[in-house]
Amino acid sequence: MSAMTIENASRRNFLQGVAGLTLSFCLPAVAAPAAAGKATTVSFEPNAFLRIGSDNSVTVIAKHLEMGQGTYTGLGTILAEELDADWKTVRIAGAPADAARYNNLFWGPAQGTGGSTAMANSWDQLRQAGASARAMLVSAAARRWKVAASEITVRDGIVSHPPSRRSLRFGELAADAAREAVPANVVLKEPKDFRLVGKHAPRKDSTEKTNGKAVFTQDIQLPGMLVAVVAHPPRFGATVKSFDAGAAKRVKGVVDVVQIPSGVAVLATDTWSAKKGRDALTVDWDESRAFKLGSEEILARYREMAQQPGLVAHQAGNTDQAFAAAAKVVKASYDFPYLAHAAMEPMNCVIRLSAEGCEVWNGEQLHTGDQHQLAGIFGLKPEQVKINMLYAGGSFGRRANTKSDYVVEAAQIVKASGGKAPVKLVWLREDDMRAGYYRPLFHHSLEAALDANGKLTGWRHRLVGQSILMGSPFEAMMVKNGIDGVSVEGAANLPYAIPNLRVDLHTPTDIAVPVLWWRSVGSSHTAYSTEVFLDLVAKAAGKDPVALRLELLGDKPRHSGVLRLAAEKSGWGTPLPPGAPGTRRGRGIAVHESFHSYVAQVAEVTVAADGTLKVDRVVCAVDCGIAINPDNVRSQVEGAVGFALAAALHGEITLKGGAVVQGNFDGYPLLRIDEMPRVEVHILPSAAKPTGIGEPGVPPLAPAVANAIGAATGKYPGRLPFSTAELRA
Amino acid sequence: MIRLNVNGKLHAVDVAPDTPLLWVLRDTLGLTGTKYGCGQALCGACTVHVDGVPQRSCTTPVSAVAGRKIATIENADRSRVGKAVQEAWRKLDVVQCGYCQSGQIMSAIALLSQNRKPTDADIDTALAGNLCRCATYVRIRAAVHLAAKSLA
Ligand code: FES
Ligand code: FES
Repeated sequence: MSAMTIENASRRNFLQGVAGLTLSFCLPAVAAPAAAGKATTVSFEPNAFLRIGSDNSVTVIAKHLEMGQGTYTGLGTILAEELDADWKTVRIAGAPADAARYNNLFWGPAQGTGGSTAMANSWDQLRQAGASARAMLVSAAARRWKVAASEITVRDGIVSHPPSRRSLRFGELAADAAREAVPANVVLKEPKDFRLVGKHAPRKDSTEKTNGKAVFTQDIQLPGMLVAVVAHPPRFGATVKSFDAGAAKRVKGVVDVVQIPSGVAVLATDTWSAKKGRDALTVDWDESRAFKLGSEEILARYREMAQQPGLVAHQAGNTDQAFAAAAKVVKASYDFPYLAHAAMEPMNCVIRLSAEGCEVWNGEQLHTGDQHQLAGIFGLKPEQVKINMLYAGGSFGRRANTKSDYVVEAAQIVKASGGKAPVKLVWLREDDMRAGYYRPLFHHSLEAALDANGKLTGWRHRLVGQSILMGSPFEAMMVKNGIDGVSVEGAANLPYAIPNLRVDLHTPTDIAVPVLWWRSVGSSHTAYSTEVFLDLVAKAAGKDPVALRLELLGDKPRHSGVLRLAAEKSGWGTPLPPGAPGTRRGRGIAVHESFHSYVAQVAEVTVAADGTLKVDRVVCAVDCGIAINPDNVRSQVEGAVGFALAAALHGEITLKGGAVVQGNFDGYPLLRIDEMPRVEVHILPSAAKPTGIGEPGVPPLAPAVANAIGAATGKYPGRLPFSTAELRA
Repeated sequence: MIRLNVNGKLHAVDVAPDTPLLWVLRDTLGLTGTKYGCGQALCGACTVHVDGVPQRSCTTPVSAVAGRKIATIENADRSRVGKAVQEAWRKLDVVQCGYCQSGQIMSAIALLSQNRKPTDADIDTALAGNLCRCATYVRIRAAVHLAAKSLA
């Protein structure tokens, strides 16, 4: 290390000696993120989000989980833009758990990733961080060259003084820059000057995710670590009565068998031995308090409840009058099953106890919640729970569990086994699929009133389904007057101008199936019921689905914008080329806003005589504000189309007598490559602040496909997944 | 002791003979690029090559591949086809979460080793056993075509 560089460890003293060096959102008293890099020659850490090394390395600290949605790349792009860094030299490191520095600005004091907020809440923060660091580099260069800062330019990691033809790389200025004061105000770039934002910045994780080197939780191996596989109860709410570990303990490699609140855990030196041990266990379950209803019974109850008015989520005008005066009433109901997230990497977690506290390795999505849960279990302070954030092999909401279910389970195993060894909890696919925390099962019923001119005068929408947020830390923020905001999102804020409207909700509280957000949350069902029903209304009114929507979207320019673009790019209104003899083809459209982004999709389908369905092409139009990384926006929307199509075609978790039927991909098929349609993504140019893109591509897909099926067959499916039998010619 | 030839290196492993090759690669040999997704030959995340043929390592007992040539994702860049596939994947930014991609790439390498000009239908057939929850399929298809072009 050169004399100029300042080591990580001594940085604290250094910072204390220089007044005003820290940005307001940076708390330098907390140790720098050691997990984020091998302590090399760190020279310049102007804030919690950036390190510039004397070796010219630029490391952006990402406070959000990379679970596939491109967050690391996006966060890096924002900061690197204002810093004028050379994208090729930028690397990204996951931030440690430390809500004081890394909280999600949309979630108050909590650190975590979800609701497609990563870019939106980081946009100003990381632009400031980058611009401020850039200004310090410029001041350092001005001081060294004894020139005016205004004469200095920065580009691709090089600070230059054109009049004297001098230039220095970031690394050469890093130590000096660390002595500069953090500017009170910085000027951010005009969008027209962006060189990375809105341009092509390749993903930062492509190399290590194509050579097997990317590290997921599943890949962690610690010295002395044991692998735990758990026997879970067959029904929600069942507990261990007694168990016989004799045969399990005779399996070679098995080290210990312990009872935990959620079952019986077998600890072994390796995964296969742990699984064999788990399979050799005999467990007697106490099911006296277990949940024993099946999906059909739950649905029957919900249909019953839907006969009565629920709590009003939104009301305008007078629906009773509108329906009394109606010339025509359209009615339909829609059923949505439980859905598993089924991330490709089943849930898992590594925990090690140490003298200082505990250390966690996890694809970490809810840092603050998990820290508190673990602190409670081990009798620690939350800040003694150190979390190493790893890549997650998908999540779709599953790893952001407000009950910290699998994290707590790992901790209980560590505790029950006396904390002797670090433990990697491994859920096998069946454990993952049967563990609950599903997208809740929902029933919707809708009615529309049309006057004699076919004008839509009244709209009633009733929803029945479990609340995700009641009983969670988000309850205070998101549950108002008994209405869980995410149960009715997309329905209560219907964008269409309908004079008389009532949306109400029943929230059953006696269904013990754990539920959770699933990519796009409430919109995963509300977009379907509202958009498919609107096509029924269009049909009843004799109107074109696009024309009717545009008519009702008068004051919603962003909805109309994506709707028009999708219609135009898909050739809406032109005849579809016919399919093979005996097949029926159709085109359908849907538009939906979620997480402040707007997406319209047009699907083209072919329905065979036997009812089998092929989605041939999906044209998407997206308005997500400034597209930080347009290629990633396209990638996310392509993926969202496939994710949503999997649910529409196949997705269903069913309960029989309270037990989950499906356990693996044979019973719960994901989309295969041969089912993937051609996808086109068109991005609307925008100067608005960036909004989310991880989720908003999901909601319009299923209704667009259903409307295409309707156009092809006259049948608008009333349940998901689609039933082939119902679509026979 | 079971003798294994993995990526050209010889290993003697002391594991139960019924242990799936997947767990020997991952837990015993530390080759964690090969992934576990289902354990039932339903997802393809664990795809490796045995004597050049793609195989699901999660349902392959290690005893069945003793002495045969096993290749994993860690070895992919040692062949011309493997390099072309990885480069195409990177050029098109195929990956999202990445968890399935070792398996996708191993299947794609096997396809292109047999068929230098695959059609969409060939690709769909060869990769239909490799699930991607992130649904990166549009780009997987494009990347296989791109790799084929670069090999031509
Ligand atoms: S893990 Fe082997 S096919 Fe899924
Ligand atoms: S990239 Fe996530 S499962 Fe394929």
